[in-house]
Amino acid sequence: MQREMILLFRYVLVFCLVSGFASAQVELTGSWAARNHEFLTGDGLPVDFTGIPLSPEAQIRALSYSNSQLAMVERQCQGWPAFYLVQGPFGLKIWSETDPLKGSVISYTIGGWEDRAPMTIWMDGRPHPSKYALHTRAGFTTGVWEGNTLVATTTHMKAGFLRKTGAPSSDEATLTTRFYRHGDILTLLAIIEDPIYLAEPWIVSRSFQLSAAPLAPIGPPCVTTYEGTTRETAPHYLPEKNPFVDEMTKKFGVPRDAAEGNPEALYPEYRKKMAAGK
Amino acid sequence: MRKVLSALWVAGCFACANAQNPSASAVSAKASAPVDFTGYWVALVTEDWRFRMITPHKGDYQAVPMTPQARKIADAWDPAADEAAGNQCKAYGAGAVMRLASRYHITWQDENTLRVDTDWGTQTRLLRFNTASAAGERSWQGNSVAQWEKPSSLKVTTNNLRAGYLRKNGIPYSENAVVMEYFDIAPLPGGGQVMLVTSIVDDPQYLLLPFIVSSQMKKEAGGEKWNPTPCSAK
Repeated sequence: MQREMILLFRYVLVFCLVSGFASAQVELTGSWAARNHEFLTGDGLPVDFTGIPLSPEAQIRALSYSNSQLAMVERQCQGWPAFYLVQGPFGLKIWSETDPLKGSVISYTIGGWEDRAPMTIWMDGRPHPSKYALHTRAGFTTGVWEGNTLVATTTHMKAGFLRKTGAPSSDEATLTTRFYRHGDILTLLAIIEDPIYLAEPWIVSRSFQLSAAPLAPIGPPCVTTYEGTTRETAPHYLPEKNPFVDEMTKKFGVPRDAAEGNPEALYPEYRKKMAAGK
Repeated sequence: MRKVLSALWVAGCFACANAQNPSASAVSAKASAPVDFTGYWVALVTEDWRFRMITPHKGDYQAVPMTPQARKIADAWDPAADEAAGNQCKAYGAGAVMRLASRYHITWQDENTLRVDTDWGTQTRLLRFNTASAAGERSWQGNSVAQWEKPSSLKVTTNNLRAGYLRKNGIPYSENAVVMEYFDIAPLPGGGQVMLVTSIVDDPQYLLLPFIVSSQMKKEAGGEKWNPTPCSAK
């Protein structure tokens, strides 16, 4: 009888484990092609901060940005922070590292590209390091499953940019990315918080489609070269003298404050304000 | 004893499978809802701002995989003609309605029908879990069949549409387009919720590839900011 009870216990345990795993996770590994049917950052005009709820300080700093900074030797390979996952034009190559004894996932890695560092999502329960620890381009990311959704939290990113047009991000920014898989569509919902440069969380998303063609897990190496910017030069504008401040208005009819990242412009009632000509 | 254990295993598997498929039981969609989508939601226009908050210029079709035929139609876009023909709601159809800079009010119309109202364009979508009741003429919002995707998603498939626009500047989808949507909800930092709607418009006539966008809406406490305004082609 004791042997049969042990057998029963094993049956129940196996059932619980199998059903638990089946309902708690989905497969994320593979190649996910970008479709880019939404806004492509950096492919627009300078001083396009539309849709970003920038703080007043961020709006001023953003206006001081010159794209020519990327010609500086020390900035040519700076790349973009982890937000670029849902901003850039590239697909995602995702693979996992498995514990050889337990079979559990230790981490997922999203491959990088020339201007995007790989992101490793630690799934083994390790804590985030001290706030004084090294900040990197990719930051430090941990993940947990909530039902079928992987929730990844990224901290310790270097100060960088929310968008390639120069909207700044601080080294206190955090990124929460939720991975939703529906069939062959993977949608990433990103919630970006920055106590310095965002007036409220910036919430963006991007969808990818499963691809049979493998994507590269890594991009070409970034090699610096002289691009005509001397070592003594740091291209920038005085905020009130940015020559491109009206480009979005002239070309697309976007009100200047919306182009500059006015948080009010994220909400439908801003249409009324535009209609009233305010 | 082994027979008893096998029976237990089969019963367990059956119970599990049944839990994944509520339609197999007589429980209503409302009663079996794994997550509550009802309430007032406001669009967060954090992406594609210039395509959503203002009417883009004719010819500004960035990022839409249009066929040459679609481009020809879009190049001939005439909002005044649309207004005159009573087609001012062409950009508010199911292919684009969840991408509007609008507010959305989601309620249960009955035990098996979720109702989505928009304040911009005053559109009404009926997401029917009971497919037997779906029929009728083509319309801007078409026929939408809904199903729960455990553990926490809603899948909606829409067809029987009137031809409409993906964006207000006349980028067309045909009446044969099929719109597939996935609704998910996530918590917001500091409280509150955000709804994510992933929309896939499949239209071989006017799209080279399925058009895939995802939109975010933030939940609001009530309808104080609800501001119904009619469709406008301009």
